[in-house]
Amino acid sequence: MTDGALTKADMAERLFEELGLNKREAKEVVEQFFEEIRASLETNEQVKLSGFGNFDLRDKKERPGRNPKTGEEIPINARRVVTFRPGQKLKARVEGYAGSEE
Amino acid sequence: MTKSELIERIASKQKQLTAKDVELAVKGILETMSQVLADGGRIEIRGFGSFSLHYRVPRIGRNPKTGEPVALSGKHVPHFKPGKELRDRVNAGMQNES
Repeated sequence: MTDGALTKADMAERLFEELGLNKREAKEVVEQFFEEIRASLETNEQVKLSGFGNFDLRDKKERPGRNPKTGEEIPINARRVVTFRPGQKLKARVEGYAGSEE
Repeated sequence: MTKSELIERIASKQKQLTAKDVELAVKGILETMSQVLADGGRIEIRGFGSFSLHYRVPRIGRNPKTGEPVALSGKHVPHFKPGKELRDRVNAGMQNES
């Protein structure tokens, strides 16, 4: 990674450098990693990655909402959302980060 | 789906990589992501979502057993914001169930 956020391309580059996968294989397996997680969540199946965290699903009921511009009342439809719960190990690793307090 | 099931699912669709390679790749991806967050960085995966750190201010907590006040220092916690494709697919998954 040079600067800015870590991307799929950076992850593939590391697999190329550290595991010796060829660039096409590395790119493909990174793509598959995220696609399999999406596919699992899409079928309402929780994803548990020990040491990292869990991706959980929550069903939200319809609730009244408002158009913030016009103040008009519009119902917010029932929907399913993904939440991420970091695992103990990840939380412990991140907790000590002493950077900016934003 | 657990980490080992994720590895199996990828391996079953992989034509080039062995199951061992896929296992090392999955573990390597997770280690890279964890390390970037531990160093205060961000992760942005288009169509999946972004990971960043949120800061929690110092506060006075309590020992739940004794009720005694305990000073808790400020800390960072990992945060995930799902991307549009993930949100849409998960939500469509629910609409298709009914």
